[in-house]
Amino acid sequence: MFVEAQNYVHGAGTLMFLPPTLRNWGDLRVMILLGVIIAVLAILYLVGRFLGRQPEGTINPAIVRMFQQRVQAWWLMYSVLAAGFLLGRVPTVVLIGLIAFWALREFISMTPTRRGDHSALFWVFFVFTPAQFVLVGMGRAYYPVYSIMIPVFASLLIPARITLSGDAKRFLERYAKIHVGLMICVYSLSFAAAVLDVESEPEAVADARAPSAGEIPDETTATEPEGAQSDAVVPAVAVSVEARSPAGLLFYLVLIVQLADVFQYAWGRLLGKRVIAANINASRTWEGLVGGVATAAVCGVLFSWITPFSWWGSSIMSMILAVMGAAGGMTMSAIKRDRGVTDYGTLVQGHAGVLDRIDSLCFAAPVFYHLVPLITQLR
Amino acid sequence: MSLTTNVLSVVAKLLCGSSVRWVDCQPETCQRVYFANHTSHLDAMILWSSLPRQLRTVTRPVAAKDYWEKGIVRKYMAESFNALLIDRKKIKVHRSPVELMIQAIGDKYSLIVFPEGSRNPDSEMREFKSGLYYLSKKRPDLELVPVYIDNVNRVLPRGEIIPVPLLSCITIGPPMWLENGESKATFLQRAREAVQRLKEV
Repeated sequence: MFVEAQNYVHGAGTLMFLPPTLRNWGDLRVMILLGVIIAVLAILYLVGRFLGRQPEGTINPAIVRMFQQRVQAWWLMYSVLAAGFLLGRVPTVVLIGLIAFWALREFISMTPTRRGDHSALFWVFFVFTPAQFVLVGMGRAYYPVYSIMIPVFASLLIPARITLSGDAKRFLERYAKIHVGLMICVYSLSFAAAVLDVESEPEAVADARAPSAGEIPDETTATEPEGAQSDAVVPAVAVSVEARSPAGLLFYLVLIVQLADVFQYAWGRLLGKRVIAANINASRTWEGLVGGVATAAVCGVLFSWITPFSWWGSSIMSMILAVMGAAGGMTMSAIKRDRGVTDYGTLVQGHAGVLDRIDSLCFAAPVFYHLVPLITQLR
Repeated sequence: MSLTTNVLSVVAKLLCGSSVRWVDCQPETCQRVYFANHTSHLDAMILWSSLPRQLRTVTRPVAAKDYWEKGIVRKYMAESFNALLIDRKKIKVHRSPVELMIQAIGDKYSLIVFPEGSRNPDSEMREFKSGLYYLSKKRPDLELVPVYIDNVNRVLPRGEIIPVPLLSCITIGPPMWLENGESKATFLQRAREAVQRLKEV
């Protein structure tokens, strides 16, 4: 059934004008996933409305409000992702770049900088942030550049630029704030965009289709060279992997991280007793963490069909993502606590608080990116 | 309102990412004097841009002539915002700034003023200049609306040319008036406190 679906996509000649990595952009599986997500979000929205209409006293209104806000944020997030997906690879990178820019804005607005940092901030906002996403957008070939530009070049240039202003007060602290902002909001998140270029095919399959590399891999060239002597199953797999959309991994990343986040919260509320660190985040408990990671593993198995991973590889990846997401949440909570705010959004009234929603994604994205080739080998 | 005015106000809003809060105050077109703390050249532009469209057409920022008449760009911008330029250097008795303001607003316009006089690099607000007092003494019908502008000084600090797009916040507070027989010092102190209070809201 899968093969048939893929054949259909191939037969339609979708996006054949694109370079090889992008040819399968409009993968049927991603479409299905998108449909499922929209359906689930619609249900969640209705549930939220239903809960909101309940008479007072039955449910804690704060939880209902939080639930509704979350669902709203998901709608926004998936609208952005879906828009990017429908428009293509470069628009997706641009959209993620804009989100990173906004998150950095929130981060720097919250952390006090001094007048002497102004020019360094100019470099951060108008040179390094756009450059990072332009390089990511230019493709995997530029990985050696975009993987070190911020950790090496920016980290050396920023303090040097601050010194020119001649203000030494709290120097190390200011340097750290700007650099951490850049690393978390821009560098880490840019790997969510870089996931679109990740080399994700298992080696065995990649070998199988090697003869056709560089040509247009349509049905015949992809299946003939080795498929001719073996039986029909192997090339069928090769086709289905070949047809995997790179957007699928991005959707998988966002979905698992968000689900893990939610389940950590839910398990924490249901069973939570031992708070991990009350001074940093009073709502994150060990029970929630374990429950969230375990549920993420189940979700990983459920959604492994969208990835190049085996079902257990996918569940391992999901657990790693859940742990990284929790790490991101805790870290950003600590930064917020230090600044005496509860949400990045409330710091400047009326803003939605983008950083509050993507903190876990920021921490999960670079790890995900670098583990995909490894996890793909597990089968 | 011209196209450039709209473009400029959108750019200003994007640049400062400003959120506007009306606290115990409604956006109305009655004649008002918005008075705010002053930390950046962008203040007037940001505050003006954050008003609703109908209010913008009848609101004029009061700005320093020596700054806004330098160069074509600034002059053009001042014109697009319908700014009322006041000469800070040559203040004459018969054409005092307050007289000019009263003349300029007639019975239609509202004003945006910065009673600190000049941009203030410190976090603590300076004492208010007396213009606000004389203005409300001559026109007691004007609603005096305190405004607190937060974080714009980090977007474009004094002495810098290129703005950095941080998030700022504008809080517009409840209107106040000059009380009967209130002295200049108490009134100015009260006005200053009204702005300061919005910092905490």
